[in-house]
Amino acid sequence: MSEEEQEMITKVEAPVYLKYNFTAGSAPTRFLAQIKNGVLAGQRCPKCLAVYIPTRGSCGRCGVPTVEEVELSDKATVQSFTIVSIPIPNNPIEPPFIIANVVPDGANVSFIHLMSECVNEDVHIGQRVQAVWKPEDEWGYSMDNIRYFKPLDEPDVPIELIGKLTVTGEEG
Amino acid sequence: MSQPEILNQAFELGYTYTRSTGPVVGRFLTGLKNRKLVGIKASDGRVIVPPMEYDPDTAEELSEFVDVGEQGEIVTFAWVKEPREAHPMNEPFAWAMIKLDGADVPMIHCVAAKSEGHVTSGARVRAVWADETIGFMTDIRCFELV
Repeated sequence: MSEEEQEMITKVEAPVYLKYNFTAGSAPTRFLAQIKNGVLAGQRCPKCLAVYIPTRGSCGRCGVPTVEEVELSDKATVQSFTIVSIPIPNNPIEPPFIIANVVPDGANVSFIHLMSECVNEDVHIGQRVQAVWKPEDEWGYSMDNIRYFKPLDEPDVPIELIGKLTVTGEEG
Repeated sequence: MSQPEILNQAFELGYTYTRSTGPVVGRFLTGLKNRKLVGIKASDGRVIVPPMEYDPDTAEELSEFVDVGEQGEIVTFAWVKEPREAHPMNEPFAWAMIKLDGADVPMIHCVAAKSEGHVTSGARVRAVWADETIGFMTDIRCFELV
């Protein structure tokens, strides 16, 4: 093999960087302003009464704007979850860890967050959990104000009732 | 309900691809690293720079590499008055189709010039090599008018 062949170029770095400036719309801005106060704020559809979080400002089912703000509990129910075993590049969390869709009491939809202080193998659908917040002086416009959700010592929610509890955690 | 402040946040999404060049483009980039320009001969005898892997007419695999000059002639050009961040130059410059000596097909690259009026179709240009060549298109920093 000649010297030239030995130093043959076989690959090139071809990164693509997309630079965004994200501006929160009016509904996400409300949501973020409330989470800065340590409050999970949803919005209720005036037609079907479904409560959404995080809010998008409209009801996907009815196609009408949502205006009424509803303060939700930081207690929630596990709707689904996954145990992440493979490290994700640039993610500081060491596997295995749990990502869960949790429905806060008073809402009808789930959002995604971490679970911790739990036995991973014991996590299950219908499990009751509660938010573990950062110290108040670290709160910002971010879902990261909640570090993770941890299990509560409460009876499981039957599958048909997940996403239907009132803000006080009762059957809606 | 009073409207809170408008929330803005910059963020960057990066896809850090490394692409395989294949033997033909790899040969071209290896040439650049050695400050040489290489094309490839197509089935009709045309010399194509940068080299293509397959013949544009017959789709046959091409393999006959041909050295071409680092000087050439501007075929067409577009003057960039206000370069953007992704552009290869900070000052106004021209994107140009440059037919290198020994090539039959023009290649796109940037041309440094004092002003738009200095750039014309038919003008002779010469490659300006980067201080350090790594085997990438930017090994040619730009072309300059001869």
